[in-house]
Amino acid sequence: MFRETEILQTASQVSSTGGDLEGAGDLVINVGPQHPATHGVLHLVITLNGETIKKVEPHLGYIHRSIEKMCESLTYRQFIYVTSRMDYLSAHMNNHACALCVEKGMQIEVPERAKVVRVIMDELTRIASHELWWGAMAMDVGAFTPFFHAFRERETINEIMEETCGARLTMNYYVPGGLMAELHPDFQKKVKSFITLFKSKIDEYDELVTGNIIFQNRMKGVGYLSAEDAVSFGCSGPTARGSGVSSDIRKLYPYAAYDQVQFDEVLENGCDSFARYMIRIREMKQSVRIIEQLIDNIPEGDFQAKTKAVLKLPKGEFYTRVETARGELGVYIVSEGGTTPYRIKFRSPGFSNLSALDQMARGSKLGDLVAMMGTLDLVIPDIDR
Amino acid sequence: MQNEELKSRITELLPAATYDESGEWLNINVEPSDWPAFASQLRTDASLSFDYMFCLTCIDWKTHLTMVYHLSSTAFRHNIVIKSKLDRNKPEIRTVCTLWKTAELHEREVYEMFGVHFTDHPDLRLLILPEGWEGKNPMRKDYEDPINMIKL
Amino acid sequence: MWSLSYIANALHDWLYQTFSPTLALIIEMVIAGIAVIGLFAVLGLVLVIMERRVAAWMQIRLGPNRVGPFGLLQSLADTLKLLVKEGMTPSGSDKFLFNLAPYIAMMVAMLLMAPIAFAKDFQLWDLNIGVLYVSAVSSIMVISILMAGWASNNKYSLMGAMRSGAQIVSYELSAGLSVLVVVVLTGSLKISDIIQSQADGWWIFKGHVPVLVAFVIFIIAVTAETNRAPFDLAEAESELTAGFHTEYSGMKFALFFLAEYINVFIVCSIGAILFLGGWMPFHIGHWEGFNRVMDYIPSSIWFFGKTFFLIFVIMWFRWTFPRLRIDQLLNLEWKYLLPISMINILLATAIAIAGWHF
Repeated sequence: MFRETEILQTASQVSSTGGDLEGAGDLVINVGPQHPATHGVLHLVITLNGETIKKVEPHLGYIHRSIEKMCESLTYRQFIYVTSRMDYLSAHMNNHACALCVEKGMQIEVPERAKVVRVIMDELTRIASHELWWGAMAMDVGAFTPFFHAFRERETINEIMEETCGARLTMNYYVPGGLMAELHPDFQKKVKSFITLFKSKIDEYDELVTGNIIFQNRMKGVGYLSAEDAVSFGCSGPTARGSGVSSDIRKLYPYAAYDQVQFDEVLENGCDSFARYMIRIREMKQSVRIIEQLIDNIPEGDFQAKTKAVLKLPKGEFYTRVETARGELGVYIVSEGGTTPYRIKFRSPGFSNLSALDQMARGSKLGDLVAMMGTLDLVIPDIDR
Repeated sequence: MQNEELKSRITELLPAATYDESGEWLNINVEPSDWPAFASQLRTDASLSFDYMFCLTCIDWKTHLTMVYHLSSTAFRHNIVIKSKLDRNKPEIRTVCTLWKTAELHEREVYEMFGVHFTDHPDLRLLILPEGWEGKNPMRKDYEDPINMIKL
Repeated sequence: MWSLSYIANALHDWLYQTFSPTLALIIEMVIAGIAVIGLFAVLGLVLVIMERRVAAWMQIRLGPNRVGPFGLLQSLADTLKLLVKEGMTPSGSDKFLFNLAPYIAMMVAMLLMAPIAFAKDFQLWDLNIGVLYVSAVSSIMVISILMAGWASNNKYSLMGAMRSGAQIVSYELSAGLSVLVVVVLTGSLKISDIIQSQADGWWIFKGHVPVLVAFVIFIIAVTAETNRAPFDLAEAESELTAGFHTEYSGMKFALFFLAEYINVFIVCSIGAILFLGGWMPFHIGHWEGFNRVMDYIPSSIWFFGKTFFLIFVIMWFRWTFPRLRIDQLLNLEWKYLLPISMINILLATAIAIAGWHF
């Protein structure tokens, strides 16, 4: 019996430090900061009644590097490189948002070639990110094999990135005014062969995971997030689109060369984990469609606009947003006219998406929590920044 | 709605508001005391319906703090920026997390980074910083940490 | 011809000629004990390497291939590592129960070896209630898991143990009922009788639909009973880190790990005995010539072939299916498998009474 009282004591200790527990017999468990399902150092304090979740409370900061503060002492050319470390799975998109924001402030006209290459790179990154998500998602619900199948294709993208950008994960290729360097000569050939490979594999994903009856039972009706809640919680990207909220920045506020290509904004009305899952699977197909339209039509010309060596943004405030693999990334620069930003704010998609987790998880089983976290596609450095 | 229409509609709602139209979006300056009522009007007004708060942050201007709210409407796709000046020594503003649920976590982040006190916030605690950092506000411009901060 | 029973009988005769009957019996028991422990260790090593190779094959990678020829000694190296590792006991744990649990798990696995017929006339103990013995002893397994979960003083362990308790107790019903189908058709609980009754064809072929259904349910139920994916909720990695053995390390963890694999082997061999004829070669009715040819393959090869085929099937499940949720798991048992098993056993009884089976 001594053990029971111990558990009760722990529960009351937690409640005294802030968690509001309804019943004294609740079980409080810490998921994370080191836990296989959180994919990073996320710490969730979960109040359970048996297997049923009563409350999920995120504790952040285990990987907080205060990128916003760091950027205040970095010049406009330097700070872009730090942002690759935010959402490391969509490094190109982070850089894109920053480059766009500086270009907006400086009123730099980016060459067409750079715009198109940026779109191709963004979409390749999106596919790579969704591939990793797909593998990790399946692993969360207990299927280990898909992870390796996803990484087989992701490897090809990494090789393409390595040739052109010199890095495989935290790529830095965008600079204010265009691209850092010319494309690798093999780029087009390799991307085309990747598309051929990927098209033959994407159906295999459906066979392996999507159609599986156990997987569908685990996903359908789990983690319900209504459209109003999705908007109210500031959800964006696949999380919002899974609830039927149109939120694709590429369509709503086109940037770079997104206004030149044909693609559909993927929407699902299921509002559950399965809808969010299907969004990402279908988004990969749309990304392939975008790349196919552009890969043969990369305009000739400069890859970078002529810019001054030292960039100075005029006094004012600039906000740009791009669609990363996880949702809407906003970059808010407040400039005092100097070489460094006065204040910079990154509106990261993961932070807002995470806030919806508590609402989604209440009343469901502990096993469902991993399915929900999987479909939110949390990248912890993106949340903590 | 375009910025001009938004401006005229908002003037009807809050005559005391001042505007700054130099940027892409309409910037509206409001007093912290006007903010709670104005916010719920923005949220519920049928012609505005700003239901999506995509950014909430704070700027330290050394003399004062400025709360910045970026709002958007999923129905009409118009955006506005709300700014509210706060006293730097005793920054206080009412929470908006009942209107926009996303504000709950964002306000907690602003609370620990800038020390802004959100009245009526249901759970105003440290979110990112570990215990013992109450009142230190590392994102303020005068924050000093001689060990961990390297001046370039 | 070479056979295991020939060796066993020769040893038996030699012992009884050389020593007094009491001493000979004691020596035989010691030999049997050593043989079981040896088999236990060897099976563990073989099954671990097999699991890893099967997983690698399904996951388009190579798997262990550095230690020894084709990586066959990998699990031996792993065992060595686990042996020299410190066996931690958490300070808040119930130390006696914490240390006892892995031994109970292992003892259960060893006890289950007794009635299994590894080859023709090669069996430790052919007791007349062999099938009942297996069902009874295997249910002790849940005690060791509950003990481990409770004694660890860890919430994850406790939840894993509670899940496992609910799961094993539930699935034992369907497993038992599907075993009963064969018992009803045979009319005996004795393992050797059951195998002998399949001399003119395995039950899965001559038992009509009820036996086929029972076989499928049996495989599902034993997968759940041994806590293997897709029913590995007791150790659900992404939810409970490692479930009931979160706090275990070193050899104590290895004992749980070994016991799991030995249990897989045992349930698969029971499946092979009941439905696929055990060591009985593939016989078809009265085709004397064909049956004679089949008899040339040693009976131990038949037994291990069938068992390892079933083990492969269970591994195949593990590496392709996602995990069920706890309520879905119990729904599957109580709402689907149990009613089907009950109707199934009714049908099987009718068939047995009417003598409709081949």
